[in-house]
Amino acid sequence: MLFVQVCVGSSCHLKGSQDIVELLQKAVEEYHIDDDVVLSGSFCIGKCNRIGVTVQINDDVHVGVTRDNFREFFKKNILDEIKNEGK
Amino acid sequence: MRKFDTKVQHLKYKVLREVARLAWADKLLENLLDIPKTLVPGKEATMRCCVYKERAILSERVKIAMGGDPNNHNVIEVIEIACDECPVGGYEVTNACRGCLANRCEDVCKFGAISFDQNHVAHIDKTKCKECGACAKVCPFTAIVSRKRPCQNACKVKAITMNADKSAKIDNSKCIQCGACVYTCPFGAIVDKSYMVNTIDILKKSERAGKGGNYKVFAVVAPSISSQFSYAKLGQVITGLKQLGFHDVIEAALGADMVAMAEARELSEKGLLTSSCCPAFVQYIKSNFPSLVEHISHNMSPMAVLAKYIKEITPNAKVVFIGPCTAKKAEAQLEEVKPYVDAVLTFEELQALFDSRDLDLSTLDEGVLDNASYFGRIFARSGGLTDAAAEAMKEQGIDFEIKPVVCDGIEACRVALLKLSKGLLDGNFVEGMACIGGCIGGAGCLTHGEKSKAEVDKYGKEAYEKTISDAISILK
Repeated sequence: MLFVQVCVGSSCHLKGSQDIVELLQKAVEEYHIDDDVVLSGSFCIGKCNRIGVTVQINDDVHVGVTRDNFREFFKKNILDEIKNEGK
Repeated sequence: MRKFDTKVQHLKYKVLREVARLAWADKLLENLLDIPKTLVPGKEATMRCCVYKERAILSERVKIAMGGDPNNHNVIEVIEIACDECPVGGYEVTNACRGCLANRCEDVCKFGAISFDQNHVAHIDKTKCKECGACAKVCPFTAIVSRKRPCQNACKVKAITMNADKSAKIDNSKCIQCGACVYTCPFGAIVDKSYMVNTIDILKKSERAGKGGNYKVFAVVAPSISSQFSYAKLGQVITGLKQLGFHDVIEAALGADMVAMAEARELSEKGLLTSSCCPAFVQYIKSNFPSLVEHISHNMSPMAVLAKYIKEITPNAKVVFIGPCTAKKAEAQLEEVKPYVDAVLTFEELQALFDSRDLDLSTLDEGVLDNASYFGRIFARSGGLTDAAAEAMKEQGIDFEIKPVVCDGIEACRVALLKLSKGLLDGNFVEGMACIGGCIGGAGCLTHGEKSKAEVDKYGKEAYEKTISDAISILK
């Protein structure tokens, strides 16, 4: 089970938290992994970055997630992780 | 740059700042008795009859800055020795009366209370006078004045009376903690208790302080902050808050967005609602219109809703609300709010906190603050809540015609509630705010002015989200 928290603090918010939340929701639906992922928001994770949004997955913090690199991020840190967990 | 409206506020601030300095340094208990002399060092009295009285009053101010009398549950306290025992006589004729021939005062008095002596000088018969003030209005020499205490004038719920020794006395069963008397008293004899020392303590033990603390402290700031600290940019205030030790700063306006959505639904279901955002207004209904309590919105205030949300998604979080309001200090002590809000500060107290750490806001980098929509942000001024509720109806596709009655100031609220209790109110949603102008007129504001409303609207328009749904979609 992955706990995915998208930062909605002011800094990330202005850099598009909302887009990332939407993309995540759609992607989770598309891959039918809603049993494996819990999506939630979080206020400032404390890693404010110049570009992109901060996303925390379990204990790992990922900075700089944007619309452009979302697919890559999603595959590497969520889809592959779920596969690994399943093994 | 002027930070406060009055010297009374400035004095209160100086006490708060000194208390805060000592609290940060863990020296409060040893040194608190020295504060009065630090602030009034000289031999010459500048405020009262002598420096000793000045210092005695300052000791009382120190006490209130540290939380006040624990046996008095009211967050508003009178410093009896600071009360100047102002006259209470009501309307009186002064020696400016020239004994004219027109005698308009006599003509206008419906109660026959005015008579004249052999010099044609007017006199008011106090047994007949109803204190309507009509005579004062018509006197061409403005010779008739109302000798009413400013605190009693300001207190629209009539909670202020007099002790046997003539000092002001607050009836706790009537007081709604709006703070009008605090801001009004020209001698600074009525003061709101401060939870600043608790806040410093919370910050000192937090994760960010780096001494093994295991919790984060969130500052929830009221939207009226946009009309305050005008000598610096809002972004600099945010950076200043983080330098004080807050982990993050979140707009109470986000809570307002959440409340607007829920309140719109509640209104459409119940068909009649009075708003629940202003704790002084809610308390006013409870003590004066008990039959209308059922119409009070069941939603908690934006402060409480947001604080609850923060604590739900962040383990061990602590929440400090910072706003213009003294009544919020009382709200935070309610059983249903207590678990979510750890302390409440006013903007006055925040200014003292900044200066106790020698933070010059105008030299700091600009942080960002953006969590809420235009509609959440304009809650700070009268009429904003109504606009937000109407927008929330629209966004949720609720077909309900909202007929708002917007009232700011307790007198306006009283009129609306009276009509409502008699079934004569033309409206189905009462937006009540105890302070004139809404929260921007709050007693804990550093400055109160005409510009405040424009500042709040401007800040609202700068919101990244234009709709309420956008602002809260992220939370689900």
